[in-house]
Amino acid sequence: MLTSDNAFSTALALIISMDDALLSIVLLSLQVSLMAVLIASLLALPLGAALALWGFPGRNAVIVALNALMGLPPVVAGLCVYLLLSRAGPLGEWGLLFTPSAMVIAQVILVLPIIAALTRQQVETLHGEYAEQLSSLGLTRGRMIPTLLWDARFALMTVVLAGFGRASAEVGAVMIVGGNIDGVTRVMTTSIVLETSKGNLPMALGLGIILLALVTLINAIAHTVGETAKRRLG
Amino acid sequence: MNAHHTFPVTPLELNRASFTHRGHTLLKPTTLNLSGCQRTLIMGPNGAGKSLLMRLAHGLLTPTSGTVRWLGEKPAQAMVFQRPVLLRRSALDNLTYVLAVSTSSRPELATLTRKAQAMCALEKFGLAPLAKRPARVLSGGEQQRLTLARAWLLNPQVLFLDEPTSALDPAAIKAVEDAVMEFHHSGTRIVMTTHDLHQARRLANEVLFLHNGAVLEHTPANDFFTAPTSPEARAFIQGELVW
Repeated sequence: MLTSDNAFSTALALIISMDDALLSIVLLSLQVSLMAVLIASLLALPLGAALALWGFPGRNAVIVALNALMGLPPVVAGLCVYLLLSRAGPLGEWGLLFTPSAMVIAQVILVLPIIAALTRQQVETLHGEYAEQLSSLGLTRGRMIPTLLWDARFALMTVVLAGFGRASAEVGAVMIVGGNIDGVTRVMTTSIVLETSKGNLPMALGLGIILLALVTLINAIAHTVGETAKRRLG
Repeated sequence: MNAHHTFPVTPLELNRASFTHRGHTLLKPTTLNLSGCQRTLIMGPNGAGKSLLMRLAHGLLTPTSGTVRWLGEKPAQAMVFQRPVLLRRSALDNLTYVLAVSTSSRPELATLTRKAQAMCALEKFGLAPLAKRPARVLSGGEQQRLTLARAWLLNPQVLFLDEPTSALDPAAIKAVEDAVMEFHHSGTRIVMTTHDLHQARRLANEVLFLHNGAVLEHTPANDFFTAPTSPEARAFIQGELVW
């Protein structure tokens, strides 16, 4: 009990004091995860929609691969990005290893399959309903994509949130490619790992509580926006 | 009569068009010609291939063999489905959407903005007070009127309707039938399926009777209702079960 009391009071103290170190950790966490989700969404939403609309040889294999990649262990994604970006790797000259950009790349790889696979399902269902009407209006499949994505927007918001959940919660990939460098690539999850291994459990738990609160806040905002829009538009 | 279409509607020709799905022949090789500004009602028992024939004619499906082609320039077309397919947007936005994606529009509204054109259509179909409402929470009758308003904005030379009234109450059915007659008055060819004989008597001036994937009759409505030539059509009109 003592520990959790300490954790809560530590979390409270951390929030109240909001020292610069903590603030930079929180901001970097949000920055990396939101950027990763943004990039992944820009790629995965049209990709998932295209996969829903076009049949081609090997389509099922692509779907199975995407579904499997939803469960890609973050450390494996991190390792792959590490190998690509390390000095000796093919993209080594970019000098991105142990920078926030590397963390974004790793998280995009983790989030993209989730958003693409779930978008494919949502758009396929909606297309089943809309296909004849849209063809009757003379739309080609390529031109159906914006319509379908827009009309599936409420379901897709949940999809994007699922991607954000994965990005903000994972530690393995950002640890490997970011390196948990104080003031440069230290984010909430890597700090929690560090504090735990130092035995500073109240601090670790306190950070965990702040992380949870932030994720809850973002989800609450998204939910409220979605529900309001849904009520107005049906 | 031809208020909007000054040229005759392009004829549509099916030449031995058939449709097979998973080894089942759903439409036997069919040759027919739809020309003039008729109100053609496609009739027949369930599973006869009515909706299929209409989808082939509209181009939503491609025949397995044979051809479906317009004998001339492809006309502007619209289709009203049995279950209205409306986008998850307001009634007004559903209409501005088709104006944005479609190439055809009504010449008499050409000077107006899309929104103003959409409002005209809503007024015409008695839906103006519902403009801001989400389309998918409207009643069944209102939804079907909205799909008719949408079709009207496209200024079709040919309007396909697939059992548009099968889920509606009598008042809503009347609204749809009035709209169909008005489309026809302004020079639109009507091609519509129904299994309601009374409705067919009210609307048809030409009947296509289908049975088991074959067109058994293609005759003026009067002839069809008074002197059908096939025993199946006779039985159908007398309200017997046809197999």
